[in-house]
Amino acid sequence: MAKTVIQVENLSKQYRLGLVGTGTLQHDLNRWWHKIRGLEDPYLKVTDSNDRSKSGSSEYVWALRDISFKVNEGEVYGIIGKNGAGKSTLLKLLSRVTGPSTGKISIKGRISSLLEVGTAFHPELTGRENVYLNGAIHGMDRREVSQKLDEIINFSGCERYIDTPVKRYSSGMTVRLGFAVAAHLEPDILVIDEVLAVGDAEFQKKCIGKMKDVAGHGRTVLFVSHNMASVKSLCNRGILMQNGRITHENEISEIVSHYLSLNISDNISINQASFDPLHKYPIELKQILVYNTLNKSPAIKTGDPVTVSIDLYNTLGTEASTSIDITLIIKHEDIPVTTLSTRFVDSLSSVNSLTHRIQCQVSNLGLLPGEYTVFVWLGVNGETVNRVESAMKLVVERDQTSWARIQPSISKYGPHVIDQQWQL
Amino acid sequence: METSNSSWDLIIKPQSKWFDLHLRELWKYRDLVYLFVKRDFVTLYKQTILGPAWLIINPLIATLMYTVVFGNIAGLSTDGLPQMLFYMAGTITWEYFSQCLLNTSATFQANANIFGKVYFPRLAIPFSITLSQLLKFALQFLFFMAFWLYFSLNNAEISITWAASLFPLLVLIMAIQALGLGILISALTTKYRDVQNLMTFGVRMAMYATTVVYPLSSMLEGSTKRLFILANPMTPVIETFRFGFLGTGTFSWIHLSYSAASGLILIILGAIVFNRVEKNFMDTV
Repeated sequence: MAKTVIQVENLSKQYRLGLVGTGTLQHDLNRWWHKIRGLEDPYLKVTDSNDRSKSGSSEYVWALRDISFKVNEGEVYGIIGKNGAGKSTLLKLLSRVTGPSTGKISIKGRISSLLEVGTAFHPELTGRENVYLNGAIHGMDRREVSQKLDEIINFSGCERYIDTPVKRYSSGMTVRLGFAVAAHLEPDILVIDEVLAVGDAEFQKKCIGKMKDVAGHGRTVLFVSHNMASVKSLCNRGILMQNGRITHENEISEIVSHYLSLNISDNISINQASFDPLHKYPIELKQILVYNTLNKSPAIKTGDPVTVSIDLYNTLGTEASTSIDITLIIKHEDIPVTTLSTRFVDSLSSVNSLTHRIQCQVSNLGLLPGEYTVFVWLGVNGETVNRVESAMKLVVERDQTSWARIQPSISKYGPHVIDQQWQL
Repeated sequence: METSNSSWDLIIKPQSKWFDLHLRELWKYRDLVYLFVKRDFVTLYKQTILGPAWLIINPLIATLMYTVVFGNIAGLSTDGLPQMLFYMAGTITWEYFSQCLLNTSATFQANANIFGKVYFPRLAIPFSITLSQLLKFALQFLFFMAFWLYFSLNNAEISITWAASLFPLLVLIMAIQALGLGILISALTTKYRDVQNLMTFGVRMAMYATTVVYPLSSMLEGSTKRLFILANPMTPVIETFRFGFLGTGTFSWIHLSYSAASGLILIILGAIVFNRVEKNFMDTV
């Protein structure tokens, strides 16, 4: 079995909200008074979980709560979650920028963290001097940097500027040089936070390649990102975090699909969506239904004739001549697959009754079995009335009869099947 | 598979030992300290015309100012020494102490952005400050010796005494006093910024409580004023320095031991507090 190189046990981190200043001294004294009497820290008990959207009663929050996981040698481990889920706090604790409130992290081997590239670059120093300084900050000695200097400069592509002060560099060049140093660190464990979000496409590709290379040499990588495509292509296992806790730990593809389903609100039903009235426009979305045209059942399969039915409110109550446009973008794992839109046919419509129904007929549903999300946009007279990301979940079920011979997996064949007739 | 506890290279826990300076780790990062010193030195005078000459111009101007204000206008005693030499001896030693103190006490705030992104032994910063200031002091000391030679050739009444051999000890005492007090204050400023505001004029006031612009001998033996000035651990250092290199000044082993002892206490206290704070300071700074 593989060797565990990082072991995190019951790790928690507490932060104090609001201003640090007034009352700090009072809390410190109270804490100290509890401590000398041998009592527990009074502020470690009363805390809310970290949900930024809800206002809590306590001044203290848990940015991380009882996190435990293990990472084995040579794994590329992904950490994903929404903003404020505690990913960055976890990375800070792992890279010893700040200490935990409770719990323990055990690490085997040299660990290097990249929460930012080009940390401590001094604007007045030349590129070369900064390479040495940055290398030293990340724990390399001068001899090591000297050995790799040519390689680093080469990788960064900044040869011409290497003896120019960094303040004259473009921001892209600074990042390139920073990453070049980082890429040549060669620690046993590398912790990376979304640094790939910068630089041009060519350089990003280079970085991903370098990281794969690092992982390929038996070294361990912890990777935090919002970019699901790069997480999926790099990592093999990972955790999903929500409000300071780990909700899932699994193979990376599982984790990514969990993450994507997070964006859909919990009370959503399959193949239909209802919308709360906005009370802002005379015409608004009411509901969308997707069903099999033949038997009116919401269970739809690949190749079925399908009806998409869209109900609108007409709060005017009277006949109104308006141009209504509706666009539904069907996505799989955040990537658009296909689109249904009135804009393709340039249709004008007039709304007459209290509720108005628009229907779209799809004669042959060309989507492989799986889960899709639908982005909805409604425009009246060219103006956006409503746009809802992930308004509904579209589930295409497996058809036992027509797909009997192969496993129709989306990751293998792509989500889209076009109407096809074979002469055999 | 269970790994035994001893096989981990690093264990991160909330509590750290009461007194753990990570000195071994600091030694591993000695190249970083060297590069910080180099950075401080190289960047200080980039894009200046006079460059490192400023290192000499600064104390020279201060010396001239003191000579005019305190020597000529106020007419303070200089123990019969040439005023220029007297003030310069005080200025360069005080300058070393105060610059070390001011810069190390700003450690956490000045480097918050680096500390927030990467781990290295936090003590590397105050150490590198003490060392780069030491380099400056060495240059200023050479300049002082050049002056000394000039005055000596012009038959001024100055002489080097045996106490000059205590010079390395004096530098060490100053360094640990400034470093100890500096890291103590830097640890306090992470939470309570008030201390930082006190620093600038506190250091200036402390200068007048030290024998920089007047000799200790101008205070009456046994007077409260004299005791107060002597309670300042920098006073014996400057007095010994003058006694060693200029031949007059108040020298006493008791005073000097008091200085060294307070330096030791400061550095131990500073290290304890710094050690407590360095782990979590990012949350409050």
